[in-house]
This record gives sequence, structure tokens and C-alpha cells, in this order.
Amino acid sequence: MAALTREETEALIQEVLEVYPDKAKKDRAKHLMVNDKELESSKKCITSNRKSLPGVMTMRGCAYAGSKGVVWGPIKDMISISHGPIGCGQYARGGRRNYYVGTTGVDTFCEMNFTSDFQEKDIVFGGDKKLAKLINEIELLFPLNKGISIQSECPVGLIGDDIEAVAKKAAAQINKPVVPVRCEGFRGVSQSLGHHIANDSVRDWIISNRDGQAFEKTPYDVAILGDYNIGGDAWASRILLEEMGLRVVAQWSGDGTLAEMENTPNVKLNLLHCYRSMNYISRHMEEKYGIPWLEYNFFGPTKIAESLRKIASYFDDRIKEGAERVIEKYTPAMNEVIAKFKPRLKGKKVMLYVGGLRPRHVVGAYEDLGMEVVGTGYEFAHNDDYDRTIKDMGEATLIYDDATGHELDEFVKAMKPDLIGSGIKEKYVFHKMGFPFRQMHSWDYSGPYHGYDGFAVFAKDMDLTLNNPCWKLIQAPWTKPAVEAVQEAA
Amino acid sequence: MAKLRQAAIYGKGGIGKSTTTQNLVAALAEAGKKVMIVGCDPKADSTRLILHAKAQNSVMELAAEAGSVEDLELEDVLSIGYGGIKCVESGGPEPGVGCAGRGVITAINFLEEEGAYDEDLDFVFYDVLGDVVCGGFAMPIRENKAQEIYIVCSGEMMAMYAANNIGKGIVKYANSGGVRLAGLICNSRNTDREDELIMELARRMGTTMIHFIPRDNVVQHAEIRRMTVIEYDPTAKQADEYRALASKIVNNKNFVIPTPVTMDELEELLMAFGIMEVEDTSIIGKTAAQLAAEAAAA
Repeated sequence: MAALTREETEALIQEVLEVYPDKAKKDRAKHLMVNDKELESSKKCITSNRKSLPGVMTMRGCAYAGSKGVVWGPIKDMISISHGPIGCGQYARGGRRNYYVGTTGVDTFCEMNFTSDFQEKDIVFGGDKKLAKLINEIELLFPLNKGISIQSECPVGLIGDDIEAVAKKAAAQINKPVVPVRCEGFRGVSQSLGHHIANDSVRDWIISNRDGQAFEKTPYDVAILGDYNIGGDAWASRILLEEMGLRVVAQWSGDGTLAEMENTPNVKLNLLHCYRSMNYISRHMEEKYGIPWLEYNFFGPTKIAESLRKIASYFDDRIKEGAERVIEKYTPAMNEVIAKFKPRLKGKKVMLYVGGLRPRHVVGAYEDLGMEVVGTGYEFAHNDDYDRTIKDMGEATLIYDDATGHELDEFVKAMKPDLIGSGIKEKYVFHKMGFPFRQMHSWDYSGPYHGYDGFAVFAKDMDLTLNNPCWKLIQAPWTKPAVEAVQEAA
Repeated sequence: MAKLRQAAIYGKGGIGKSTTTQNLVAALAEAGKKVMIVGCDPKADSTRLILHAKAQNSVMELAAEAGSVEDLELEDVLSIGYGGIKCVESGGPEPGVGCAGRGVITAINFLEEEGAYDEDLDFVFYDVLGDVVCGGFAMPIRENKAQEIYIVCSGEMMAMYAANNIGKGIVKYANSGGVRLAGLICNSRNTDREDELIMELARRMGTTMIHFIPRDNVVQHAEIRRMTVIEYDPTAKQADEYRALASKIVNNKNFVIPTPVTMDELEELLMAFGIMEVEDTSIIGKTAAQLAAEAAAA
């Protein structure tokens, strides 16, 4: 049962919209909806992927963030150059905790910041020569890199540098892929276009590199797409697939390598975790190589079991049995987790505001713990994400697209959730308002949350946060008597 | 001491801005004025006649060599030429790369920070690239910089289009700052009734043709020697023309927010002076075949 009735939720939206000027009110009204599970398409009730209004404190990022920060950055044996002034590369460094195995600075490079560090003279005279020099220096200092991507920052697009020409020449010289990515931050309305641009550059410069080369295939080859191994998520997912008898040929892009990406066209099935950031390349491989793709959800035992069976349905009985075996093996441990934490979390209400796939994917994990997600929303979703969300969320729950600072504050005040899951920018605002909060971008430096192992961590983290005794102390002692006096008077 | 006056010279590419500016500045120097020229064109050819040089070392070139503009000293970029004229070139990239506009901004900021606009100066002239293609080339006319703008033009159609378009740009900055149009300088191309035409255009734009500079080969003779006419042959009749222009500018008080004309008005003006034929609208969008068929039918 939802926190509020349909009518109450609709009234809440109207109330929150009230403070906006007419133009903003009209625009924001289209981005807020009350869920109706009966709907087939979200088109009629929510608008998404539109430019944010100025002044509303949107939580969105930019195309560079989508390309460098999400898609390209985690490929561990490639070097991503942040091409432009220093800030983009430095402040995008290490934020997403894409775990990987390797020796940083020798054969893996995710944690490092490679940048062309533009100065005035590079703007005025162009940065192409510097870029070519930088690639040569990288090759000299880090010879074990497997390839280079050039992540364009805004000025590169403004001054019209020909990074494609530099990339082609450099690739021939060092005999490795050098990928120019036109992900200038001013393009598009959010990081979402950056994902798309990054996918397109993988398509154009990487995916067909090994076409026609020998590859020892098995009938059980799959690739994990759209798992960025935050806190080790991809590892906790991969072991389940391997235990059920599949061979994971590639991980994109968390703890992933260039070779894995180049070998992906050989797989039987692409397993897509984050639909938003990697559906483009999945569709391309389907079209070009005839590889089907399947969205799965590894948050919480219910969704994991559902997903494992769905994945197995693409394979023979050996895999189907494998899936059942895996589910059976982990169920007792999961029941223990639920037995321990569900009594402490049951009936608690959660509000989410995240990106990618999480606003809908984690709903099942909360439900496994007896919790309910009463409001959810995406920073940069498109309507196909909302089509899916409608089905995953409860009836008459609140859904918000590109929520503003004001909207989040007011929704939280009205709905009084027991837990909020969002990002670092929201965290301290809600802490100060006295709400238990988990960062659901970085798992609050915990994790993994994917897979069976991840669910145990997830459940423990939610309990630690929600039932932390500090929340009882949130009211300052000198304000207490006043409140009691008011209550007595009433 | 008189207040420093800053002027920017705009006009269509190839119209003779740099030549006119340098001859004008030489005439001012000859009359005892302290003048500085700031070349705002990546080609860096705004000071060659004053310095007898091929091209001056520009701010941006030197900055690129030194690492950054902060590494430069004023004396590195400032050269003194004929009549004590101070010369600076902003410089910029080769065509097709980088951002020349940013080069102008960086160079002018550098000059200001380093105190190039010292109190002894009477005039600063900015010689700016033909088209104001982006914010960088409007830098010289932003607040606290050039307050008066002279547009060099001729009686040719495209030169007048350009002059009118520059007028539109000035309106924008005139409303936000103090910049004003100070007049049109007609650099003659010997077209018919050129002086009358430019006077009429100036009138319609709310300004005046401040001077008509006739065409004279002595300008080219001087130029191949990398000299201004004032220096090369002070007795030439053309030198007097530049002196006349200089004295008119010194005494100029006619600073206006321009009233650029519409395309229709401009075309009408050109037609009235026989520069443009009356447009035959019946042929617009018709192919040769269609026109042939129509001609056959008639």
C-alpha cells in the first residue's frame, strides 16, 4: 500500500508546483506523475530527456560525464585522455569506484587522470599538436596500455579541433586503437547523450576490430553489458553466471578490457544490466551480428532468481538446471539474511532519486526486505525507462523526472520516508532534515549490491543506516520542551 | 593632458583597413600625437608599415613560446616605430585551427593588465579583422575599450553591406556600453558617384562620411617599401589626404548610435545609384529549362 492515495499524491504534486512561475510550472508538471500500473506506455503521463530549467538545481551531469565517467573510464587497460582544461578530468577522477584487478600505472589505468591540461595558447592555436604529443608520451611512459580514448571537453568542440585526424594518425603510429569521442559537455541535456556518443564510438572504432579473426567459441558464451563494477558489483554477478555454466567472455565496462570488448561479437547472448547507458551498443550488435540481448536485474533474491531463469531460457537444459542449482544453493543464505533484517526493516518506506537503472531495479531488493519504495525518479532517463518503471513500482506511487531541489525537499517533507536513497549532492541536505540516507550511486563506499553476495551487504547497509541510533538524537534538546508544550496545548 | 581616446577600425576584408589605419596613425604622430596601434587580426599585418617589418612578433606567438601569457613582459610585445608609434599585434592561429577570437581577448587583457595604456597616450587604434565573426573580435569595442568606431568602406556593394552589418553590431554594444559610431571612411575604388553614395549611406546610418580618400598609386609605392605615405613621401598629395583625415578625427565630435538600414533599403539605395539592377522577381527559383520553355511560349 502506498504512502499516499492517488488523490493525495496528485494533490501533493499540485501543491509542490504551486511555487513555480507559470512557465516553469507548466514545464515541471509534465515531469511528475502518479504511477498507474495499467498503463502500457509512459508517454501520456511523463515527459523526459528534456533540457532542465535554469535555477532549479538539477542533479544532472554532462555528456563528458556520461562518456568518460560512465562508459569509457572503467575500461581498465585503456587510457582515457580528458582532452581540454584540467578540471573535468580531475574532478571526474575515481568518483565511481569502478573496482578492477591489475597494477595501476603499469597495465591498468582507471584511477589515473590523463589530461591535455589546456592553457590559453592551446585554445588560441588549437590543441591537436599537444594531443599528438600527449599520445606519444603515454605510449612511452605506459607501454602496456592497450589503446587510448580521447574524451573531448567543451573547448575542443568550440574551437573545432580535428581530433579524428590526430586519432587516425596516432593509431597507425602506435598500432593500437585510438578512439576520438565527441562528448563535449554542452551537447545534449544530460549525461545521457554522453552514453550514446560513447556507445557510438565503441561501435565505430572498437567493436569490429576482430571481425574474421579466430575465436574459440562455446555455446554458453555471454557478455555482461552495463555493469560498471561499482564496489565489485560485476564480480558478484559474474560468479552466478559462471556457476550456472555460462562463460562470461566480456564485462562492459567495469573491470573490463579492450580485448573483451573486441571479442563480444562472438557471444551467444548479451546480458544488459544498465539499459540506459548500453542499450545502443546492444541494439547494434543485435543488428550487425544477430546477437540477442536481455535485460536482467541482480538486486535482491526475487529478481535474481527471476533473471537467472530468464537468462537460462536462452540456453539448453544444462544451463537451465544450472540456474536452478544456483538459486537453490543461495536460497538458504538469502533466507537467513531476510530472517535477520526483514523484522528490522519491514514496512519501512523508501524514496529514491538516482540515475541509470537503479530507480526501478532496486525496488525488488527493498521488497524482499519487506520495504516499500513510495517514490522514485531518474536524473536522465528517457521514456523507455519510465515504461519499465511503471511496472516495477507500486500503484499510485510518485514518479519524478529530473527532479529539482525544491521538489525533492517538498516530496520528502510530505511523504516522510524512513529512508532516502540518492546521491552525494542530496545526502547532507536530507541528513540535516533528519532523514536516514544511503548514497545509491556509490553505495556509500560500500558494496557490492548486485548478486546474492551483494544482497547480504545491501540488507546490512540499509539496516545500519535506517536503525542507526543517531536518528533518535536528531532533535536538539533545547527544542524539545517547546514541542511538548505545543502538543500539550493541542 | 587630453583624455586618451580609443578608436576601432572595422570594415570588409581587403578594403584597406590596415593601410588606412597606419597612414592615419602616421599623420597623427607627425602632428605630435602619441599613438598606439593594436592589431587584432591573426595575420598580424597591422603594424608593418610603421615598423618596416614583415610581421611583428605577436602577443599570442610569444605567449605560446614562453608557455603562457603571464610569462611575458610588456616590452617583449611592444615595438616602437615611425614617429614614436607604439605597436602591438595580438596574433593568433593559422587559418582553420584554434580560436583567433580568444587570442584577441587574451592579448587585450594582457595589455590592460600590463599597463600598456599609459597616461601619455593620446590615441589607441584597434585594427580589427574584417568580420566580427564572434565575441573575440568584438572585444575592442566592449566597455572601457574603444569608444569610437570608424568603418572603412567603398562604393562597392559588398563593402556597403559589410559596413551596414558592422553598424548592426555596434547597436548591440552601444546599448550595453558607451561605444559609438564615429563615421565612415571611404577608401575609394573609383566606382561611379562613390562619394555621394557613401555620404547617403552614412546619412541613413545616422553618421557622416568623415573623409573620402582618393585612390593613388603612391600608397602602393610606399607599401612595397613597408612604409606609410606620410613617411615615404611627405610631399605627396595623398599624404595630405591622410593628414586631413587625421585632423578630422582629432576634431570629431559626432558620435552616434547607428541606425543601420534594412536590406530592402540598402538594395533600394544601390539601385538608385545604379550599382544594383532592379530585381526581376519573376525568375526566382526557375531552372534554365523552365525559363527556356517560357521564352519559347512567349
